[in-house]
Amino acid sequence: MLNEKDKIFKNIYGFSGAGLKVAKSLGDWDDTKTIMLKGKDWILDEVKKSGLRGRGGAGFPTGLKWSFMPQKLSNKPHYVVINADESEPGTCKDREILRNEPFKLIEGILYASIAMQAHTAYIYIRGEFYNEYNALQRAIDECYENNLLGKNILNTDWDLDVFVHRGAGAYICGEESALLESLEGKKGQPRLKPPFPANVGLYGCPTTVSNVETVSVVPEILKRGSSWFSNLGKENNTGTKLFCISGHVNSPCTVEEEMGISVKELINKHANGVRGGWENLKAIIPGGSSTPLLPSSLCNDLDMDFDSLKAVNSGLGTAGVIVMDKSTDLIKAITRLSRFYNHESCGQCTPCREGTGWILKMMRKLSIGDARVDDIDKLGDICSQVENHTICALGDAAAWPVQGLIRHFRDEIEKKIQDNLLRKSAE
Amino acid sequence: MNKKDLEQYDNFKFSQENNILIESILKKYPSNQSASAVMPLLDLAMRQCNGWIPESAMKEVGKIIDVPYIKVYEVATFYSMFNLKPIGKYFIQFCTTTPCWLKGSDNLLEYCKKYLNIDINETTKDGNFTLKEVECLGACVNAPMVQINDDYYEDLNKESLIKLLENLKSGNKVKIGPQLKERKGSESVKLIGKNKNAK
Repeated sequence: MLNEKDKIFKNIYGFSGAGLKVAKSLGDWDDTKTIMLKGKDWILDEVKKSGLRGRGGAGFPTGLKWSFMPQKLSNKPHYVVINADESEPGTCKDREILRNEPFKLIEGILYASIAMQAHTAYIYIRGEFYNEYNALQRAIDECYENNLLGKNILNTDWDLDVFVHRGAGAYICGEESALLESLEGKKGQPRLKPPFPANVGLYGCPTTVSNVETVSVVPEILKRGSSWFSNLGKENNTGTKLFCISGHVNSPCTVEEEMGISVKELINKHANGVRGGWENLKAIIPGGSSTPLLPSSLCNDLDMDFDSLKAVNSGLGTAGVIVMDKSTDLIKAITRLSRFYNHESCGQCTPCREGTGWILKMMRKLSIGDARVDDIDKLGDICSQVENHTICALGDAAAWPVQGLIRHFRDEIEKKIQDNLLRKSAE
Repeated sequence: MNKKDLEQYDNFKFSQENNILIESILKKYPSNQSASAVMPLLDLAMRQCNGWIPESAMKEVGKIIDVPYIKVYEVATFYSMFNLKPIGKYFIQFCTTTPCWLKGSDNLLEYCKKYLNIDINETTKDGNFTLKEVECLGACVNAPMVQINDDYYEDLNKESLIKLLENLKSGNKVKIGPQLKERKGSESVKLIGKNKNAK
């Protein structure tokens, strides 16, 4: 279990209050000038050495991503863009940072701007987070008033402007190139890559999009040292992580824990256990809705980190753990997710636009057993035709939960079909 | 809404206060990229028109940022938060995606429909409430939850939801966020026996 002293987000529930004064008393903005003066290469190097991997879902090494920005400055400005469009079902971690720890994010943006030689940053926040937007904007205003943002920050000769841009309810804008399109005032439809945003991003200029949590942990890494961070967690899966535990647990919550904590410990210690006890667990979705579910038999000895979850054909994703007990109709639970992806498909690529609809139709049939057993294979076939055949990962995300269901609970789907047949013949 | 009420939306102009806000919004983006302001301006127009965007407002937004009307319309129809039809005073957005569904959001929604005597995408006769079913609102550890206008109301059950709606209707002060006394935000609190609504 994570030691209190190693916690990064000390005010994640807002119990200590809000405002710059409170944040400073908890260690935010300590040594800011010293760190700024250490410069670009030092910051990049420390982030690389810390082993930090992106907290938005994909887990790409942050230091490496940041170093993709052009090293030689041209006449094009560089942009840092923060992805605060948190919309993955099961995920509500960035919300806590935005409303209760906004200064960690702003300070992280400052260091990121130096690492990537950007003087403008945009935070793209999901439109529904209105109160979170207000909290964030208040924090930014306070930073401007205290020379922590704006011109010649802390007399270091470094300028940085941070602007907040509100989205308007499209899940797809969490995909980085769709986010950039949206920020440019268009429909949020993902771009074909290459070119990658580091070369051609916002307004055609070099841009890096990073997740809120990723950037918010950077100040602590720079202050305590990369080795402090890399000693937490496991090799290649370092540091701490915010986990959201929702669904059938006694005390759902968002909590910071060490990477690689076992899922059993996570649920029992922080969420007061599965409703009805650990034996009542049926399955979990480990990292937000797009990660394939895992049956309880795999959860007894399962670590919550990128590599451990990948090894069982799932993923850490956003670390939004959705817990389902034995009372759950898993087929209905996944059907609801299929409806989500069908609703959120941007309509650009045919396999996703049409495929998510077909998946939903089949899932609806299967959820009442009104199908044939070989329809399960047909559904699996559709999923594999959507997966990897689209510009962005939404198609994959629509296929994975269904594939996970078929992989682990095919017998349950078949039973439903048999029961329906029996019922029909009895009538 | 009757015809006369709708007519006032035929010639939309931003209010004086909003024109000042528009100036500061435009400053966020490079001077040759004012198209970026389409979403914030549509949002502003929607707030001025009591929660929806008439066609004349889209045209006005297009004029201000020098973007053809059809492009503004394209954006307004793509994003689910932009209402293109009038709504009630309180716009209830009901989350029913899996994390909320697991905690009984379907039953709660049925109950809410019965209580308000309307179906999804309908407005009560008194114009107080519009009900919409939406996808995940990102407050999953506080499920089930709804958004009403700008605010989230979380950790709901039948009793607290009805109490909330009644208080809104009578203009009483309501508590934003978790509707459980013992909870402030997303922290771990023993909820055994408290969430009767759960399936």
